[in-house]
Amino acid sequence: MSARPRLDSRAKSHLSYFAYASHRFSGLLLACFLPLHFLMLSQSLRGAQGFEQSLALTDLWVFKFGEWALVILLAVHLAGGLRLLILEFGPWNGLRKGWIQLSTLFGIACGLLFLYLAN
Amino acid sequence: MGQALNQGVMQAKLWYAQRISAMVLGICVAAHLAMIFYAIRGGLTAQEILGRTQGNVLFAFFYEVFVLACFIHAPIGINNILQETFPRSGIAKPTACVLGLLILVLGSTAVVGVYSGGTL
Repeated sequence: MSARPRLDSRAKSHLSYFAYASHRFSGLLLACFLPLHFLMLSQSLRGAQGFEQSLALTDLWVFKFGEWALVILLAVHLAGGLRLLILEFGPWNGLRKGWIQLSTLFGIACGLLFLYLAN
Repeated sequence: MGQALNQGVMQAKLWYAQRISAMVLGICVAAHLAMIFYAIRGGLTAQEILGRTQGNVLFAFFYEVFVLACFIHAPIGINNILQETFPRSGIAKPTACVLGLLILVLGSTAVVGVYSGGTL
């Protein structure tokens, strides 16, 4: 696979570039987060008490903010990925710009719902 | 010519593997998001998490499928990003392999952990 083609500012201001960039950005951060998430959950091997000690770390505001951001990234990556799958395997074609806006709104909605429920 | 063809076939296989795993992940992530929203009400405690997952074969099966789909999906994505961003560095494959290994080992350990609750 070669390097990406160079894109000018006109191409980069297109909504589909935003969809591409947000899918990549969210995917990259989620991939970096996954091993840490699994490492935290594997602390359950130490029993409920040991697990609770590790979970106490997540009370720090940095982790709380991280959790919130990751839920948004997960929602954005899910919605963006579904759009891609439907474009590639479904009967639709074209850029489906409305779906890009919808996936952004879905990410925002999930972020707000998280804030509401987590109190 | 033969090597280029092999590379093309490999890329097509990886493309399909990422799409098939994405289909599985679409279902898993939607269910996971719903579970996150259900679980965070009133804060998360170890007892609460283990109360749901300990001894629950369905949960363990679901999360192991989730881990396996991540194991396929994420390293291919990281490999693509690194290969396109740093095409001559040679870091794409090793990084993707390390990430894949971490996801598989830590993810499966986490599934065993939340299933057994430390009673192994």
